[in-house]
Amino acid sequence: MKTIKEKHSLAMRWCHWVNFPILTIMIWSGMLIYWANDIYSVTIFGHTFVKFFPDWFYHTLHIPQRLAEGMAFHFLFMWFFTLNGIFYILYTVISGEWRELLPKRNSFKEAWLVLLHDLHIRKTAPPQNKYNAAQRVAYTSIIIMGIGSVITGLAIYKPVQFYYLTWLCGGYHLARIFHFALTIGYVLFFVIHIVQVILAGWKNFSSVISGFEVVNEKPKPAIRTVNDDENAK
Amino acid sequence: MKTPNKKIKKELTIEQKINRRNFISFSAFTVFAVGVFEGWRWLYKSPTETAGITGEAHRPLRKALNKTEIFFRRLVFNENHLVKTYPKEMAAKRVRYNSDIGIEAKKKFDPATWKLHVIKKGGEILQVSIDELKALPKTEIVYDFKCVEGWDQIQHWAGVKFSDFVKHYQLDDYAKMEYVGMETPDKAYYVGIDMPSAMHPQTLLAYEVNDKPVPLDHGAPLRLIIPVKYGIKNLKRIGTITFSNTRPRDYWAEEGYDYYSGL
Repeated sequence: MKTIKEKHSLAMRWCHWVNFPILTIMIWSGMLIYWANDIYSVTIFGHTFVKFFPDWFYHTLHIPQRLAEGMAFHFLFMWFFTLNGIFYILYTVISGEWRELLPKRNSFKEAWLVLLHDLHIRKTAPPQNKYNAAQRVAYTSIIIMGIGSVITGLAIYKPVQFYYLTWLCGGYHLARIFHFALTIGYVLFFVIHIVQVILAGWKNFSSVISGFEVVNEKPKPAIRTVNDDENAK
Repeated sequence: MKTPNKKIKKELTIEQKINRRNFISFSAFTVFAVGVFEGWRWLYKSPTETAGITGEAHRPLRKALNKTEIFFRRLVFNENHLVKTYPKEMAAKRVRYNSDIGIEAKKKFDPATWKLHVIKKGGEILQVSIDELKALPKTEIVYDFKCVEGWDQIQHWAGVKFSDFVKHYQLDDYAKMEYVGMETPDKAYYVGIDMPSAMHPQTLLAYEVNDKPVPLDHGAPLRLIIPVKYGIKNLKRIGTITFSNTRPRDYWAEEGYDYYSGL
Protein backbone atom coordinates (compact mmCIF):
# COMPACT_ATOMS: atom_id res chain seq x y z
CA MET A 1 0.00 0.00 0.00
CA LYS A 2 1.24 3.47 -0.85
CA THR A 3 1.82 5.90 1.95
CA ILE A 4 3.15 9.44 2.17
CA LYS A 5 6.41 9.71 4.04
CA GLU A 6 7.28 13.25 5.09
CA LYS A 7 10.87 13.98 4.19
CA HIS A 8 11.88 17.63 3.83
CA SER A 9 10.35 20.54 5.71
CA LEU A 10 9.14 23.58 3.81
CA ALA A 11 11.83 25.75 5.41
CA MET A 12 14.59 23.40 4.29
CA ARG A 13 13.26 23.31 0.73
CA TRP A 14 12.89 27.09 0.68
CA CYS A 15 16.46 27.67 1.88
CA HIS A 16 17.83 25.13 -0.57
CA TRP A 17 16.16 26.55 -3.66
CA VAL A 18 16.68 30.18 -2.69
CA ASN A 19 20.34 29.51 -2.07
CA PHE A 20 20.86 27.97 -5.49
CA PRO A 21 20.40 31.11 -7.64
CA ILE A 22 22.02 33.33 -4.98
CA LEU A 23 25.14 31.21 -4.79
CA THR A 24 25.30 31.05 -8.58
CA ILE A 25 25.20 34.84 -8.78
CA MET A 26 27.77 35.15 -5.98
CA ILE A 27 30.17 32.79 -7.75
CA TRP A 28 29.68 34.52 -11.10
CA SER A 29 30.11 38.05 -9.71
CA GLY A 30 33.03 36.75 -7.64
CA MET A 31 34.72 35.69 -10.88
CA LEU A 32 34.19 39.16 -12.34
CA ILE A 33 36.06 40.50 -9.30
CA TYR A 34 38.73 37.81 -9.23
CA TRP A 35 39.63 38.44 -12.89
CA ALA A 36 41.13 41.84 -11.96
CA ASN A 37 43.88 40.09 -10.02
CA ASP A 38 43.79 36.47 -11.15
CA ILE A 39 46.95 35.19 -9.56
CA TYR A 40 45.91 31.86 -8.08
CA SER A 41 46.95 28.49 -9.42
CA VAL A 42 47.74 25.02 -8.21
CA THR A 43 51.51 24.84 -8.62
CA ILE A 44 53.60 22.04 -7.17
CA PHE A 45 57.38 22.04 -7.61
CA GLY A 46 57.20 24.71 -10.26
CA HIS A 47 54.68 22.85 -12.37
CA THR A 48 51.33 24.57 -12.75
CA PHE A 49 48.53 22.02 -12.81
CA VAL A 50 45.57 24.38 -12.82
CA LYS A 51 45.55 28.09 -13.55
CA PHE A 52 42.56 30.03 -12.26
CA PHE A 53 41.42 30.71 -14.91
CA PRO A 54 42.49 30.04 -18.49
CA ASP A 55 41.69 32.65 -21.15
CA TRP A 56 39.16 30.49 -22.98
CA PHE A 57 37.23 30.19 -19.72
CA TYR A 58 37.11 33.96 -19.20
CA HIS A 59 36.07 34.64 -22.75
CA THR A 60 33.41 31.97 -22.89
CA LEU A 61 31.77 33.47 -19.80
CA HIS A 62 32.38 37.12 -20.77
CA ILE A 63 34.27 37.82 -17.58
CA PRO A 64 37.03 40.32 -18.50
CA GLN A 65 36.80 44.05 -17.69
CA ARG A 66 33.79 43.86 -15.40
CA LEU A 67 35.27 44.46 -11.94
CA ALA A 68 32.99 47.36 -10.94
CA GLU A 69 29.90 45.49 -12.10
CA GLY A 70 31.02 42.36 -10.27
CA MET A 71 31.52 44.26 -7.04
CA ALA A 72 28.11 45.91 -7.32
CA PHE A 73 26.37 42.55 -7.79
CA HIS A 74 28.48 40.84 -5.13
CA PHE A 75 27.76 43.47 -2.47
CA LEU A 76 24.03 43.26 -3.07
CA PHE A 77 23.64 39.49 -3.18
CA MET A 78 25.90 38.98 -0.16
CA TRP A 79 22.92 40.18 1.87
CA PHE A 80 20.59 37.49 0.55
CA PHE A 81 23.25 34.80 0.85
CA THR A 82 23.93 35.71 4.48
CA LEU A 83 20.30 36.20 5.52
CA ASN A 84 19.21 32.94 3.91
CA GLY A 85 22.06 31.18 5.69
CA ILE A 86 21.20 32.68 9.07
CA PHE A 87 17.55 31.74 8.59
CA TYR A 88 18.51 28.16 7.72
CA ILE A 89 20.81 27.74 10.71
CA LEU A 90 18.26 29.23 13.12
CA TYR A 91 15.54 27.01 11.68
CA THR A 92 17.68 23.88 11.91
CA VAL A 93 18.59 24.60 15.51
CA ILE A 94 15.09 25.54 16.70
CA SER A 95 13.24 22.78 14.86
CA GLY A 96 15.65 20.12 16.08
CA GLU A 97 16.47 19.07 12.52
CA TRP A 98 20.12 19.49 13.39
CA ARG A 99 19.89 16.04 14.97
CA GLU A 100 19.60 14.53 11.50
CA LEU A 101 22.34 16.76 10.10
CA LEU A 102 25.22 17.02 12.53
CA PRO A 103 27.77 14.24 12.22
CA LYS A 104 27.70 11.78 15.10
CA ARG A 105 30.76 10.39 16.76
CA ASN A 106 30.97 7.49 14.32
CA SER A 107 29.90 9.48 11.24
CA PHE A 108 33.41 10.28 10.07
CA LYS A 109 34.36 6.61 10.09
CA GLU A 110 31.05 5.55 8.60
CA ALA A 111 31.31 8.17 5.86
CA TRP A 112 34.19 6.13 4.40
CA LEU A 113 32.03 3.03 4.37
CA VAL A 114 29.31 4.99 2.58
CA LEU A 115 31.86 6.19 0.06
CA LEU A 116 33.13 2.65 -0.54
CA HIS A 117 29.55 1.49 -0.96
CA ASP A 118 28.74 4.30 -3.40
CA LEU A 119 31.81 3.42 -5.43
CA HIS A 120 30.60 -0.19 -5.54
CA ILE A 121 33.63 -1.41 -3.62
CA ARG A 122 31.64 -2.46 -0.59
CA LYS A 123 28.34 -4.29 -0.80
CA THR A 124 26.54 -2.98 2.25
CA ALA A 125 26.04 0.55 3.46
CA PRO A 126 25.85 1.34 7.17
CA PRO A 127 22.32 1.76 8.51
CA GLN A 128 21.05 5.31 8.45
CA ASN A 129 18.23 7.63 9.36
CA LYS A 130 17.19 10.48 7.07
CA TYR A 131 20.78 11.10 6.00
CA ASN A 132 23.72 8.75 5.86
CA ALA A 133 27.06 9.49 7.51
CA ALA A 134 28.59 10.95 4.37
CA GLN A 135 25.61 13.24 3.91
CA ARG A 136 25.84 14.37 7.52
CA VAL A 137 29.48 15.28 7.04
CA ALA A 138 28.81 16.97 3.70
CA TYR A 139 25.73 18.96 4.69
CA THR A 140 27.37 20.19 7.87
CA SER A 141 30.62 21.05 6.09
CA ILE A 142 28.81 23.10 3.48
CA ILE A 143 27.19 25.20 6.23
CA ILE A 144 30.55 25.73 7.91
CA MET A 145 31.95 26.69 4.51
CA GLY A 146 29.11 29.19 4.12
CA ILE A 147 29.95 30.75 7.46
CA GLY A 148 33.58 30.76 6.33
CA SER A 149 32.69 32.60 3.14
CA VAL A 150 30.81 35.28 5.09
CA ILE A 151 33.67 35.75 7.55
CA THR A 152 36.48 35.77 4.97
CA GLY A 153 34.29 37.94 2.77
CA LEU A 154 33.76 40.56 5.47
CA ALA A 155 37.48 40.35 6.27
CA ILE A 156 38.40 41.45 2.75
CA TYR A 157 35.39 43.75 2.28
CA LYS A 158 36.10 45.96 5.33
CA PRO A 159 39.53 44.91 6.66
CA VAL A 160 39.88 48.08 8.73
CA GLN A 161 36.45 48.13 10.31
CA PHE A 162 36.34 44.32 10.77
CA TYR A 163 40.02 44.12 11.69
CA TYR A 164 39.28 41.32 14.16
CA LEU A 165 37.83 39.15 11.39
CA THR A 166 40.81 39.90 9.16
CA TRP A 167 43.08 38.91 12.04
CA LEU A 168 41.07 35.73 12.52
CA CYS A 169 41.60 34.85 8.85
CA GLY A 170 45.35 35.33 9.14
CA GLY A 171 45.41 38.74 7.46
CA TYR A 172 44.00 40.33 4.34
CA HIS A 173 46.12 38.44 1.86
CA LEU A 174 45.30 35.02 3.30
CA ALA A 175 41.62 35.90 3.73
CA ARG A 176 41.31 36.49 -0.03
CA ILE A 177 42.91 33.10 -0.70
CA PHE A 178 40.51 31.35 1.72
CA HIS A 179 37.55 33.17 0.20
CA PHE A 180 38.58 31.92 -3.23
CA ALA A 181 39.34 28.38 -2.06
CA LEU A 182 35.92 28.10 -0.42
CA THR A 183 34.31 29.01 -3.72
CA ILE A 184 36.24 26.25 -5.48
CA GLY A 185 34.96 24.02 -2.67
CA TYR A 186 31.34 24.93 -3.53
CA VAL A 187 31.90 24.04 -7.14
CA LEU A 188 33.35 20.64 -6.19
CA PHE A 189 30.46 20.09 -3.78
CA PHE A 190 28.03 21.00 -6.54
CA VAL A 191 29.53 18.48 -8.97
CA ILE A 192 29.36 15.60 -6.45
CA HIS A 193 25.92 16.73 -5.32
CA ILE A 194 24.54 16.63 -8.87
CA VAL A 195 26.03 13.21 -9.56
CA GLN A 196 24.51 11.87 -6.34
CA VAL A 197 21.12 13.41 -7.10
CA ILE A 198 21.11 11.83 -10.56
CA LEU A 199 22.09 8.44 -9.13
CA ALA A 200 19.46 8.70 -6.38
CA GLY A 201 16.78 9.17 -8.98
CA TRP A 202 13.62 11.15 -9.55
CA LYS A 203 11.79 10.15 -6.38
CA ASN A 204 14.55 11.56 -4.25
CA PHE A 205 14.84 14.75 -6.32
CA SER A 206 11.11 15.28 -6.32
CA SER A 207 11.00 15.11 -2.53
CA VAL A 208 13.16 18.26 -2.31
CA ILE A 209 10.38 20.07 -4.15
CA SER A 210 7.29 18.37 -2.71
CA GLY A 211 8.62 17.52 0.72
CA PHE A 212 7.46 13.93 0.74
CA GLU A 213 8.23 10.57 -0.74
CA VAL A 214 5.77 7.87 -1.63
CA VAL A 215 6.68 4.57 -0.08
CA ASN A 216 5.13 1.21 -0.64
CA GLU A 217 4.47 -0.39 2.68
CA LYS A 218 3.26 -3.90 3.12
CA PRO A 219 -0.05 -3.71 4.93
CA LYS A 220 0.41 -4.65 8.55
CA PRO A 221 -1.84 -7.29 9.89
CA ALA A 222 -4.56 -5.91 12.07
CA ILE A 223 -3.89 -8.40 14.78
CA ARG A 224 -0.39 -9.37 15.65
CA THR A 225 -0.04 -13.03 16.20
CA VAL A 226 2.00 -14.05 19.15
CA ASN A 227 2.83 -17.37 17.69
CA ASP A 228 6.52 -17.27 16.81
CA ASP A 229 6.26 -20.11 14.35
CA GLU A 230 3.61 -18.21 12.48
CA ASN A 231 5.80 -15.09 12.32
CA ALA A 232 8.77 -17.03 11.11
CA LYS A 233 7.02 -17.90 7.88
CA MET B 1 -26.57 16.88 -9.12
CA LYS B 2 -24.76 18.39 -6.22
CA THR B 3 -25.90 17.52 -2.82
CA PRO B 4 -26.87 20.47 -0.63
CA ASN B 5 -24.61 19.07 2.03
CA LYS B 6 -21.43 20.37 0.39
CA LYS B 7 -19.53 21.06 3.54
CA ILE B 8 -19.00 17.47 4.44
CA LYS B 9 -15.84 16.55 2.55
CA LYS B 10 -15.00 13.05 1.72
CA GLU B 11 -11.59 12.15 2.94
CA LEU B 12 -9.15 12.05 0.07
CA THR B 13 -7.62 8.79 -0.96
CA ILE B 14 -3.85 8.42 -0.70
CA GLU B 15 -3.59 8.71 -4.46
CA GLN B 16 -5.55 11.98 -4.41
CA LYS B 17 -3.43 13.34 -1.60
CA ILE B 18 -0.23 12.56 -3.47
CA ASN B 19 -1.48 14.16 -6.66
CA ARG B 20 -2.73 17.19 -4.86
CA ARG B 21 0.47 17.83 -2.95
CA ASN B 22 2.58 17.24 -6.03
CA PHE B 23 0.44 19.64 -8.02
CA ILE B 24 0.70 22.39 -5.39
CA SER B 25 4.41 22.02 -4.73
CA PHE B 26 5.48 21.70 -8.36
CA SER B 27 3.29 24.64 -9.34
CA ALA B 28 4.80 26.72 -6.55
CA PHE B 29 8.26 25.63 -7.64
CA THR B 30 7.57 26.63 -11.23
CA VAL B 31 6.26 30.02 -10.14
CA PHE B 32 9.37 30.44 -7.99
CA ALA B 33 11.71 29.48 -10.83
CA VAL B 34 10.01 31.81 -13.29
CA GLY B 35 10.06 34.57 -10.67
CA VAL B 36 13.79 34.12 -10.11
CA PHE B 37 14.47 34.13 -13.83
CA GLU B 38 12.34 37.21 -14.50
CA GLY B 39 13.71 39.02 -11.45
CA TRP B 40 17.24 38.35 -12.57
CA ARG B 41 16.47 39.49 -16.12
CA TRP B 42 14.95 42.68 -14.77
CA LEU B 43 18.01 43.44 -12.65
CA TYR B 44 20.52 42.45 -15.32
CA LYS B 45 18.81 44.63 -17.90
CA SER B 46 18.03 47.46 -15.49
CA PRO B 47 19.05 50.86 -16.87
CA THR B 48 22.38 52.45 -16.14
CA GLU B 49 22.19 55.36 -13.73
CA THR B 50 22.23 58.89 -15.09
CA ALA B 51 25.83 60.03 -15.28
CA GLY B 52 26.62 62.45 -12.48
CA ILE B 53 28.77 62.20 -9.41
CA THR B 54 28.46 58.46 -9.86
CA GLY B 55 27.90 56.67 -13.15
CA GLU B 56 28.00 53.48 -15.18
CA ALA B 57 26.33 51.23 -12.58
CA HIS B 58 22.92 49.62 -12.87
CA ARG B 59 20.51 51.94 -11.09
CA PRO B 60 19.29 49.43 -8.45
CA LEU B 61 22.85 48.27 -7.81
CA ARG B 62 24.07 51.82 -7.20
CA LYS B 63 21.24 52.29 -4.74
CA ALA B 64 22.28 49.08 -3.00
CA LEU B 65 25.94 50.15 -2.87
CA ASN B 66 25.03 53.46 -1.23
CA LYS B 67 22.61 51.87 1.23
CA THR B 68 25.12 49.18 2.15
CA GLU B 69 27.75 51.84 2.78
CA ILE B 70 25.38 53.68 5.12
CA PHE B 71 24.53 50.46 6.91
CA PHE B 72 28.14 49.50 7.56
CA ARG B 73 29.06 53.03 8.50
CA ARG B 74 26.35 53.18 11.15
CA LEU B 75 27.07 49.69 12.38
CA VAL B 76 30.83 49.50 12.53
CA PHE B 77 32.53 52.63 11.26
CA ASN B 78 34.79 53.92 13.94
CA GLU B 79 37.58 56.42 13.48
CA ASN B 80 39.47 54.73 16.27
CA HIS B 81 39.82 51.64 14.13
CA LEU B 82 43.36 51.93 12.89
CA VAL B 83 44.82 50.22 9.87
CA LYS B 84 47.27 47.51 10.87
CA THR B 85 50.88 48.65 10.67
CA TYR B 86 54.04 46.63 10.11
CA PRO B 87 57.75 46.94 10.90
CA LYS B 88 59.71 48.92 8.30
CA GLU B 89 61.69 45.88 7.16
CA MET B 90 58.53 44.33 5.78
CA ALA B 91 57.88 47.20 3.38
CA ALA B 92 58.29 46.44 -0.33
CA LYS B 93 61.47 47.83 -1.86
CA ARG B 94 59.82 48.19 -5.25
CA VAL B 95 56.51 49.89 -4.71
CA ARG B 96 53.92 48.63 -7.14
CA TYR B 97 52.96 51.09 -9.85
CA ASN B 98 49.54 50.65 -11.37
CA SER B 99 48.21 53.73 -13.12
CA ASP B 100 49.28 57.07 -14.54
CA ILE B 101 45.89 58.72 -15.01
CA GLY B 102 46.34 62.37 -14.04
CA ILE B 103 50.14 62.21 -14.13
CA GLU B 104 50.63 61.27 -17.77
CA ALA B 105 52.38 64.51 -18.65
CA LYS B 106 55.46 63.48 -16.69
CA LYS B 107 57.98 65.35 -18.76
CA LYS B 108 56.12 68.62 -18.85
CA PHE B 109 55.65 68.59 -15.11
CA ASP B 110 58.28 70.10 -12.87
CA PRO B 111 57.79 69.29 -9.19
CA ALA B 112 60.03 72.23 -8.25
CA THR B 113 57.47 74.77 -9.45
CA TRP B 114 54.58 72.88 -7.88
CA LYS B 115 52.40 74.37 -5.17
CA LEU B 116 49.42 72.87 -3.43
CA HIS B 117 46.27 74.95 -3.94
CA VAL B 118 43.60 74.91 -1.26
CA ILE B 119 40.43 76.56 -2.52
CA LYS B 120 38.80 78.55 0.27
CA LYS B 121 35.52 80.39 0.54
CA GLY B 122 35.08 83.35 -1.77
CA GLY B 123 37.62 82.02 -4.24
CA GLU B 124 40.57 82.70 -1.98
CA ILE B 125 43.40 80.28 -2.70
CA LEU B 126 45.86 79.11 -0.09
CA GLN B 127 49.15 78.15 -1.72
CA VAL B 128 51.52 75.80 0.05
CA SER B 129 54.96 74.73 -1.15
CA ILE B 130 56.48 71.31 -0.55
CA ASP B 131 59.09 72.81 1.80
CA GLU B 132 56.37 74.37 3.93
CA LEU B 133 54.69 70.98 4.14
CA LYS B 134 57.96 69.30 5.06
CA ALA B 135 58.35 71.76 7.94
CA LEU B 136 55.18 70.37 9.54
CA PRO B 137 55.32 67.32 11.86
CA LYS B 138 56.20 64.25 9.82
CA THR B 139 54.24 61.02 10.20
CA GLU B 140 55.36 57.66 8.85
CA ILE B 141 53.27 54.64 8.14
CA VAL B 142 54.04 51.09 7.03
CA TYR B 143 50.80 49.39 6.09
CA ASP B 144 49.19 47.03 3.63
CA PHE B 145 48.14 49.08 0.60
CA LYS B 146 45.02 47.54 -0.94
CA CYS B 147 44.02 47.88 -4.55
CA VAL B 148 40.43 47.49 -5.65
CA GLU B 149 41.72 44.96 -8.20
CA GLY B 150 42.52 42.62 -5.33
CA TRP B 151 46.28 42.91 -4.82
CA ASP B 152 47.89 44.28 -1.70
CA GLN B 153 51.42 45.30 -0.78
CA ILE B 154 53.10 46.46 2.41
CA GLN B 155 54.42 49.95 1.73
CA HIS B 156 56.27 52.61 3.68
CA TRP B 157 55.07 56.20 3.24
CA ALA B 158 55.74 59.44 5.10
CA GLY B 159 54.24 62.90 5.08
CA VAL B 160 51.92 65.24 6.91
CA LYS B 161 48.80 63.95 8.53
CA PHE B 162 45.86 65.56 6.77
CA SER B 163 44.43 66.46 10.19
CA ASP B 164 47.72 68.17 11.16
CA PHE B 165 47.63 70.06 7.88
CA VAL B 166 44.07 71.23 8.58
CA LYS B 167 45.02 72.34 12.08
CA HIS B 168 48.14 74.19 11.03
CA TYR B 169 46.45 76.15 8.26
CA GLN B 170 43.40 76.82 10.43
CA LEU B 171 41.03 75.02 8.12
CA ASP B 172 38.98 73.69 11.06
CA ASP B 173 35.78 75.31 9.82
CA TYR B 174 36.28 73.66 6.46
CA ALA B 175 36.85 70.33 8.16
CA LYS B 176 33.33 70.60 9.57
CA MET B 177 32.02 70.14 6.06
CA GLU B 178 31.19 66.67 4.81
CA TYR B 179 33.63 66.07 1.98
CA VAL B 180 37.10 66.83 0.71
CA GLY B 181 37.79 66.90 -3.01
CA MET B 182 41.25 66.48 -4.49
CA GLU B 183 42.33 66.84 -8.10
CA THR B 184 45.54 66.47 -10.08
CA PRO B 185 46.97 69.68 -11.63
CA ASP B 186 45.75 68.56 -15.08
CA LYS B 187 42.29 67.75 -13.60
CA ALA B 188 42.39 64.33 -15.27
CA TYR B 189 42.13 62.43 -11.99
CA TYR B 190 40.01 63.43 -9.05
CA VAL B 191 38.66 61.91 -5.86
CA GLY B 192 36.01 62.71 -3.29
CA ILE B 193 36.62 61.69 0.32
CA ASP B 194 34.17 61.77 3.20
CA MET B 195 35.48 63.96 6.02
CA PRO B 196 35.80 61.25 8.71
CA SER B 197 38.10 59.27 6.40
CA ALA B 198 40.11 62.36 5.44
CA MET B 199 40.56 63.29 9.11
CA HIS B 200 41.44 59.71 10.08
CA PRO B 201 44.74 59.76 12.02
CA GLN B 202 46.45 57.62 9.35
CA THR B 203 45.53 59.75 6.35
CA LEU B 204 48.66 61.45 4.99
CA LEU B 205 49.66 64.03 2.44
CA ALA B 206 52.69 61.96 1.55
CA TYR B 207 55.96 63.26 0.13
CA GLU B 208 58.22 60.32 0.91
CA VAL B 209 58.22 56.63 0.09
CA ASN B 210 60.89 54.31 1.52
CA ASP B 211 62.59 57.39 3.03
CA LYS B 212 63.04 59.02 -0.38
CA PRO B 213 61.03 61.74 -2.10
CA VAL B 214 57.99 60.34 -3.92
CA PRO B 215 59.05 59.63 -7.54
CA LEU B 216 57.04 60.94 -10.51
CA ASP B 217 55.37 57.57 -11.11
CA HIS B 218 53.95 57.62 -7.62
CA GLY B 219 52.74 61.19 -7.75
CA ALA B 220 55.66 63.54 -7.03
CA PRO B 221 55.87 65.74 -5.16
CA LEU B 222 52.76 65.12 -3.01
CA ARG B 223 50.16 62.40 -3.08
CA LEU B 224 47.34 61.24 -0.89
CA ILE B 225 47.85 58.13 1.23
CA ILE B 226 44.55 57.14 2.76
CA PRO B 227 44.85 53.64 4.25
CA VAL B 228 41.13 53.40 5.09
CA LYS B 229 40.31 53.45 1.37
CA TYR B 230 41.17 51.39 -1.70
CA GLY B 231 44.10 52.57 -3.82
CA ILE B 232 41.77 54.29 -6.30
CA LYS B 233 41.18 57.01 -3.69
CA ASN B 234 44.92 57.56 -3.09
CA LEU B 235 45.29 60.38 -5.58
CA LYS B 236 48.76 60.97 -7.02
CA ARG B 237 50.18 64.48 -7.50
CA ILE B 238 47.66 66.57 -5.59
CA GLY B 239 47.00 69.87 -7.35
CA THR B 240 43.98 71.30 -5.59
CA ILE B 241 42.04 70.58 -2.42
CA THR B 242 38.43 71.66 -2.02
CA PHE B 243 35.83 71.29 0.73
CA SER B 244 32.11 70.84 0.27
CA ASN B 245 28.93 69.46 1.73
CA THR B 246 28.05 67.61 -1.42
CA ARG B 247 30.04 64.75 -2.89
CA PRO B 248 32.92 66.05 -5.04
CA ARG B 249 33.44 64.40 -8.41
CA ASP B 250 35.30 61.13 -8.30
CA TYR B 251 37.03 59.44 -11.23
CA TRP B 252 36.22 55.82 -10.48
CA ALA B 253 32.76 56.48 -9.02
CA GLU B 254 31.90 57.80 -12.49
CA GLU B 255 33.12 54.48 -13.89
CA GLY B 256 30.75 52.34 -11.84
CA TYR B 257 32.73 51.85 -8.63
CA ASP B 258 31.41 52.46 -5.15
CA TYR B 259 31.75 56.15 -4.29
CA TYR B 260 33.10 55.48 -0.81
CA SER B 261 35.35 52.49 -1.51
CA GLY B 262 36.15 52.34 2.19
CA LEU B 263 37.91 49.52 3.94
